[in-house]
Amino acid sequence: MNRVLTAIVEPGFFSSAPVHVALLVGGMVAVVSGIIGTFTVMRGQSYAGHALADISVTGGSGSFLIGISPLWGFAGTSVAAAGIMDLIGVRRPRGRDLATGIVRGAGLGLGALFLYWDTTHTSTTGATVTILFGSMFTIDSSVIPVVAAFGLAAVGIVAALYRPLLLSSASSDLAVVRGVRVRTTGALCLVAIALAVSLSALTIGAILSTALLVGPAATALRLTARPALVMIWSALIGLAATWLGILLAFDSYYWPPARQGWPVSFFVVALILIFYLLAQARPAGRGGKPGRG
Amino acid sequence: MTMPRTALSPDGPDSQDSREDVLTVDGVSARLGGREVLHDVRFTIRPGEFVGLIGSNGAGKTTLLRVILGLLPPAAGKVRVSEGGVGYVPQKIQLDPDMPLRARDLVGLGLDGQRLGIPLPSRSRRKLVDEMLRAVDAEHIGDARVGNLSGGEQQRILIAHALISRPGLLLLDEPLANLDIASEQEVVALLARIAREQRIAVLISAHEMNPLLPVMDRIVYLAAGRAASGPTDEVVRGEVLSELYGHHVDVIHVHGRVLVVAGRGDGLDIPLVPAAPAAS
Repeated sequence: MNRVLTAIVEPGFFSSAPVHVALLVGGMVAVVSGIIGTFTVMRGQSYAGHALADISVTGGSGSFLIGISPLWGFAGTSVAAAGIMDLIGVRRPRGRDLATGIVRGAGLGLGALFLYWDTTHTSTTGATVTILFGSMFTIDSSVIPVVAAFGLAAVGIVAALYRPLLLSSASSDLAVVRGVRVRTTGALCLVAIALAVSLSALTIGAILSTALLVGPAATALRLTARPALVMIWSALIGLAATWLGILLAFDSYYWPPARQGWPVSFFVVALILIFYLLAQARPAGRGGKPGRG
Repeated sequence: MTMPRTALSPDGPDSQDSREDVLTVDGVSARLGGREVLHDVRFTIRPGEFVGLIGSNGAGKTTLLRVILGLLPPAAGKVRVSEGGVGYVPQKIQLDPDMPLRARDLVGLGLDGQRLGIPLPSRSRRKLVDEMLRAVDAEHIGDARVGNLSGGEQQRILIAHALISRPGLLLLDEPLANLDIASEQEVVALLARIAREQRIAVLISAHEMNPLLPVMDRIVYLAAGRAASGPTDEVVRGEVLSELYGHHVDVIHVHGRVLVVAGRGDGLDIPLVPAAPAAS
């Protein structure tokens, strides 16, 4: 039994400090992303989430230049970009997409410049890989309170706006008639998405962060039709993918080719994809057409 | 005043007190993209009345509903809604079939969709939702995803959503437009029953008045942005509608159904409102 366990969990997993930080930060981020992701998917804002993630590259790479945690840069730029997108994005879907695209392009251009400086002007090796693809075992434990604060803020927003967000995702006219301030609600939701995206940029990288935002939620809504349960399932799926990913990455230090470990982000994203495919293969459950459940 | 509204107005002896009206539309004009879509529209609705808002496509029905709902500010005039508030049933809502929102969730949001916080499971809330689902004959689809429902089923869920907060007035935007004849009659009967039993006034827009004739107390007829209102048989008359349209139309009664036909019969006759299907 012990041997089996040792084969699955390589020695040292539970005693390693970087693993502790990775499990804690990765876990918090997965739960936050899972919850926020539910609303991202329901409101059809996956593209906006993706753009915010891309833009967070700018802040992340800028942070490296001035020597602060990339989390501040990720969050700063993506929340600011969310604000700009809301300001210039007219309410029509096409206007929203255009606004998103323009802000995204501008942000990425600046990010390219910062990344270039990161690699040429500073001694930080691997900044590009850390920003774009994450590096969960190198997260500094001092960001834990910041992660918790950003996570609580994001979850607080969608918990407070739970019903207005549900109603306006069904129909913004119905929401307005019921007295929902649709514009404010939408803007706050975008801020929550920006926070969630910057948190997952910290763990699995800016490029991959929407995978953790959209993947678990897209999987969860196959499992149940109840909106509150979708949030819970989505958080659990993200958590499972993250923790399993960390375990596999730790184990992979003993794997070929280099015996230096595979990136955690690869495992997390691969697991999310596997969960999603499994849920797709599953026949539609309760909440489908009446009489079939 | 050129409109026959004065002669047809409901301000008869039985409605001396206009404060009792659930809806007062007073001289409303509305513009869309610089074009005047509604001109000096005025009518009132009393509690429990079933009123048809009839007009062809482009006559301004949806614009008028949006002004009443406060979704569009009028260019002139005023809308007054009584305290009970307004329930609104849009024509259709766009929701993907896999979106996790059950019919009962949408009905419940009609009660408290504007409130903050996640609602705790509550027996009384659940009971209210169940009652409302029963009232629209939709108990069996309560747990289905809204995006999976047929047009008629979605219509009934939207009606339940609008009614659960007990509004004094229910507004429906072309609820019959996408329905087959059987569901059309079901929805009309359901609405008439609700209006009668719960004393909720109903304003229902339609481009075709015939399905509503048996249940309609009064009519608001819209043409070219202008309105004539009153009891159906007083408004749907050749001279009234001719003045509204600005050219000669005839109103023809066939087996209890009404046809509005343009022209004088000496040239090309164009029916402005198509007849109901022969089978009924």
